[in-house]
Amino acid sequence: MGAMVEIKNLSKRFGPITAVDDISFAVQRGEVLGFLGPNGAGKSTTMKMITGFLAPDSGSVRVGGDDLELSPMAVKQRIGYLPEGAPLYADMTPYAFLDFCAEIRGFRGDEKRRHLDDVVAKVHIEQVLSQPIATLSKGFKRRVGLAQAILHDPEVLILDEPTDGLDPNQKHEVRTLIRTMATEKAIILSTHILEEVDAVCTRAVIIAHGRLVCDGTPAELEARSRLHNAVTLLVRSGAINGAQQQLRALAGVDSVELLEEHDGVARFQIYPKDGHSIVSSVGEAAREGGWRIEELRVERGRLDEVFRAVTTGSTSREV
Amino acid sequence: MGHTWTILKRELASYFTTPIAYVFIVIYLFLSGIFAFYLGNFFGRGQADLNSFFTFHPWLYLFIIPALSMRLWAEERRSGTIELLLTLPITMWQAVAGKFLAAWAFMAIALALTFPMWWTVNYLGEPDNGVIVASYIGSLLMGGAFLAIGACISSLTRNQVIAFIVTAAACLLFVLSGHPLVLDFFKGWAPAFLLQAISSFGFLSHFDSITKGIIDLRDLVYFASFIAFWLFANVVVIEMKKAD
Ligand SMILES: Nc1ncnc2c1ncn2[C@@H]1O[C@H](COP(=O)(O)OP(=O)(O)OP(=O)(O)O)[C@@H](O)[C@H]1O
Ligand SMILES: [Mg+2]
Repeated sequence: MGAMVEIKNLSKRFGPITAVDDISFAVQRGEVLGFLGPNGAGKSTTMKMITGFLAPDSGSVRVGGDDLELSPMAVKQRIGYLPEGAPLYADMTPYAFLDFCAEIRGFRGDEKRRHLDDVVAKVHIEQVLSQPIATLSKGFKRRVGLAQAILHDPEVLILDEPTDGLDPNQKHEVRTLIRTMATEKAIILSTHILEEVDAVCTRAVIIAHGRLVCDGTPAELEARSRLHNAVTLLVRSGAINGAQQQLRALAGVDSVELLEEHDGVARFQIYPKDGHSIVSSVGEAAREGGWRIEELRVERGRLDEVFRAVTTGSTSREV
Repeated sequence: MGHTWTILKRELASYFTTPIAYVFIVIYLFLSGIFAFYLGNFFGRGQADLNSFFTFHPWLYLFIIPALSMRLWAEERRSGTIELLLTLPITMWQAVAGKFLAAWAFMAIALALTFPMWWTVNYLGEPDNGVIVASYIGSLLMGGAFLAIGACISSLTRNQVIAFIVTAAACLLFVLSGHPLVLDFFKGWAPAFLLQAISSFGFLSHFDSITKGIIDLRDLVYFASFIAFWLFANVVVIEMKKAD
């Protein structure tokens, strides 16, 4: 069996704008793919093409082995989709709305009841079931949207900014829910919150200006950061200048930055050459110099830094 | 078919969860009463029939049906639910037919609620009930034709006000094209077949012949193909303009 979702050379233009430009990737069962990119990068447009809402100008989408163009029904049945902003029929109650979705998904009678009870419990919307959706808080609306997406226990979940605008507790809940479903599904979620990638994603792609610029596990992406394997060192010492000199002279060290200094404590950031590990030589230098170390930490690298580098880098190349 | 029914149920229920249904029905009954009693001189004519009631239906529908059809698709676009609906495992035809049939069923309910008029004429005299049944059928068919235009135009925009005005204008065109005023304008110089074509293109000639009590297959075919054409256009418009 091939990948659960397979996208090949997908492109979409809106007049003069190329919203999606030759994007290809695949998602396996068990993977949670984080879909990153600046505003207007083409994330939502890509998702709309995968779910069959928009027809691509070129390229193909296969879901569970079926081609979207040839058998749209089979593909749509496999997918659960939460569109951006979680649009809902505002004048319906969550119960009536989910009941409608369940019937469209082909459930009747006891089976329908079971699926509804199940999903209502999963997203915790018991107390608002018979209140018009228009009067619900944003958090509840989002949960109703999620409920609709997972109602038929789809093999593929496409979630466009599922935690956008939620409070920290609700974000946490949604992420937990996604993680619990992750093992038996292929999930694609877009987000602007980079910590979310670490929290739930097994893999991340970054797109900018419709093009795929990065694809890897969160750890691989972090490794591309200038900060990867950098050492943060907090020392209490009279001879701060001397320490800086000594650090800079170490083999494997690219540069040393004095981040702050107060109350006789200095915080250094030591960048390695080519991302090699330098923590042992820094530790050794400290011991030899007799510095009093308050803190010594190895950085993994920061996603936001990588994000900025690859998404703004591609603009400067283009223009 | 099953999905069409599910969509129809949802749409129809949504008329009744909002005040739309009640406002529409009350105004519909009120206006059709006004037209029949004042303009049509229902009592003064001294005849036991519903002609004065049905004669005004094309004009009543001109602004009341666009009010019913304007939200069908424009609202889905505005709220973004169109993305939800069209990514469900249904075909475009099922979505279009389900919505149209819901609006039509709702119209049928409103029309059926005019039954006290029927009662009244039967109480006052001995009307030809066959003609009245035919007239009801004709009115329903014509309403369906108005609705099909309205559904298609509603799918062109996310703005309900625009949908309303454009639908009313389009319907006016089809009402007028069978009206004596317009036909007289062409009568002097246009060849007879053109006159015939213009008149048979509009609603009035078909509606009038049905309300006379003659259900002619040609009139049924006219309304059926008219509705089918506009629903087809509706499907095409949505396929083409999904992104906006
Ligand atoms: N219907 C449309 N008509 C014209 N242009 C569009 C349409 N939809 C999207 N675009 C354009 O396509 C580009 C990609 O938009 P898209 O919504 O996919 O971005 P995104 O990555 O989801 O952004 P965000 O993070 O802000 O949600 C943008 O430049 C947008 O203006
Ligand atoms: Mg988006």
